[in-house]
Amino acid sequence: MFRTPDGEDIFIIDGHTHFWDGSPENQANIHGKQFIDCFYAYHTALSPKDKLWTKEQFEKYSADKMYNDLFVDGPDDMAIVQSTYLTEFYKGGFNTIERNLEMAKAYPERYIVNGAFDPRDGEKALEYIHFMKENYNIKGVKLYTAEWKGDSRGWKLTDPSAYRCLELCQKLGITNVHVHKGPTIIPLDKDAFDVHDVDHAATDFQGLNFIIEHCGLPRLDDFCWIAVQETNVYGGLAVALPFIHSRPRYFAEVISELLFWVGEDKILFGSDYAIWTPRWLVEKFWNFEIPEDIKQEHGVDLTREAKRKILGLNAARLYNVDVEAQKAKLKNASLAVAAE
Amino acid sequence: MRRPAIPQIGGDARIAAIWNQLVGVMDPELDESIVDLGFVEDIAIGADGRVDVAFRLPTYWCSPNFAFLMADDIGQAVRRLPWARDVHPRLEDHMVADEVNRGTRLGLSFADAFRDFEVGGTLEGLRDTFLRKAFQRRQEAVILGLRRAGWSDEAIVTMDLATLDCAVITDPEGARQKPRYREVLLARGLATRPSDLAVVSLDGEAIPVASLPVHLRALRAVRINMEANGALCRGLLDARYDEGPREATVPPRHACGGAGASKECCGGCALHPTGVAPAARAAGAPLAM
Repeated sequence: MFRTPDGEDIFIIDGHTHFWDGSPENQANIHGKQFIDCFYAYHTALSPKDKLWTKEQFEKYSADKMYNDLFVDGPDDMAIVQSTYLTEFYKGGFNTIERNLEMAKAYPERYIVNGAFDPRDGEKALEYIHFMKENYNIKGVKLYTAEWKGDSRGWKLTDPSAYRCLELCQKLGITNVHVHKGPTIIPLDKDAFDVHDVDHAATDFQGLNFIIEHCGLPRLDDFCWIAVQETNVYGGLAVALPFIHSRPRYFAEVISELLFWVGEDKILFGSDYAIWTPRWLVEKFWNFEIPEDIKQEHGVDLTREAKRKILGLNAARLYNVDVEAQKAKLKNASLAVAAE
Repeated sequence: MRRPAIPQIGGDARIAAIWNQLVGVMDPELDESIVDLGFVEDIAIGADGRVDVAFRLPTYWCSPNFAFLMADDIGQAVRRLPWARDVHPRLEDHMVADEVNRGTRLGLSFADAFRDFEVGGTLEGLRDTFLRKAFQRRQEAVILGLRRAGWSDEAIVTMDLATLDCAVITDPEGARQKPRYREVLLARGLATRPSDLAVVSLDGEAIPVASLPVHLRALRAVRINMEANGALCRGLLDARYDEGPREATVPPRHACGGAGASKECCGGCALHPTGVAPAARAAGAPLAM
């Protein structure tokens, strides 16, 4: 729970977190090393100096550290944990659903663990979606279209095999599809970060919500156009939000664009833990005011109500979290811990 | 991190000439000079006249097609110097460094360089996509610059090329982008004669004055996206080659005006004791903040 300086309790759902193992012991090859190195570069490039971790801390951290950073030191009430396999790069996977569930099992009232699938697995992907629904009752998936597999260097949401998987998700009520657009390599002559496949998939699967992580960055402009047209497309703030520290005026322009095009009901807070920790992000976001000239130019405002929605209420709606009931449940759970 | 410095005066004229050529090479996605972005790592001229240009990108995963375009553009830009015939761009620390370096060394087309990836296409469509975005970003800066200089919206949308050429824009970003806007306007054939409209849509259509605010909104989205990417790329490059948090260090600067850690970058002149901020960064006002 985050308490504002004037005493209001704000319910926080961290929409994008990870429990990964990027340690050298788990790296399968140079790509595994480069992948975690790249994450670490994001961490060092955009974090306040006093929030920096060492490389070793960053490569692999414990379930206790994560719980502390999110819920004890951090202001999160709940966190959505995304699964990313990357089995071509990491011997045991980067953060598989099994690893995430093991981490989360002590705190079922805190964590929502999402699954993942790879449409290039064909029939096996469909079986796996069934498996995750039946055994883990997943409500969402994280899709990483830039993932390498065998000779393949990426896929699109519009691939026929992907459509079969999305059809099944819709049928089973796995309604939240988090999409991460990394630099896919194939097709090599096209824009590797192109987000237009989201447009088609969102039109064709009205029963699904598409949460585009990083607001489509580095294709924010294209993403905004798509989100205007598609009522079921949302933007995750991870990566955009940390600019609030290093380039606050720049963040003001990005959030203004998002508020104008995407709207305050369709933007989700996410720390992208462990790339960033939520405490400083939430504190700065709550205290943030769009400068007057940008407010005028864009014709938008980041109101208190907009902040409440972005920090938790929008994600609560997508994941059917009854906020008041959840608050009571969390209060009882913390009292139980205190009594032990 | 080490940032190459651009020569001010003196030094090896050939190294200086190469830097000048490289200033004109853009990251296609950001529409910013690769020199300004700090991508150029090292320049070396061998005794036999061979030129080596090493460059690196903010991440190992940066798009291979953009990397190939930049390598190709580096080679073309340096070969415009009459004495530079044997030019070798070299991409470092990248997932497809081998393919890109082999391709540029052998003068292969994009499709041939990435034959193992089974791509048949060329990069022209991609290049065009980003040129369109560059056009939009540059145009926004020019329109805003004209407004700040006192031009009315009506005057802006009816302005011809000759008038634009004479118009004085004083805000730094508008002034920087005006010649770049003119260049892409002419290159795309959207204006060819002095009497042609100078502020038009991507398809060369006149912009009704009532539509200008909506038009500007679309341009602004493109610019904000590009600035985000630029800020991110600079931050990631710094982080990648800084190997952890510490204060930025002054790059080694060579007496010849070249830069880079190795003596080979210029044949081994004496190093200046202190660095000098690259001229393009100082003059270019690359970001609004």
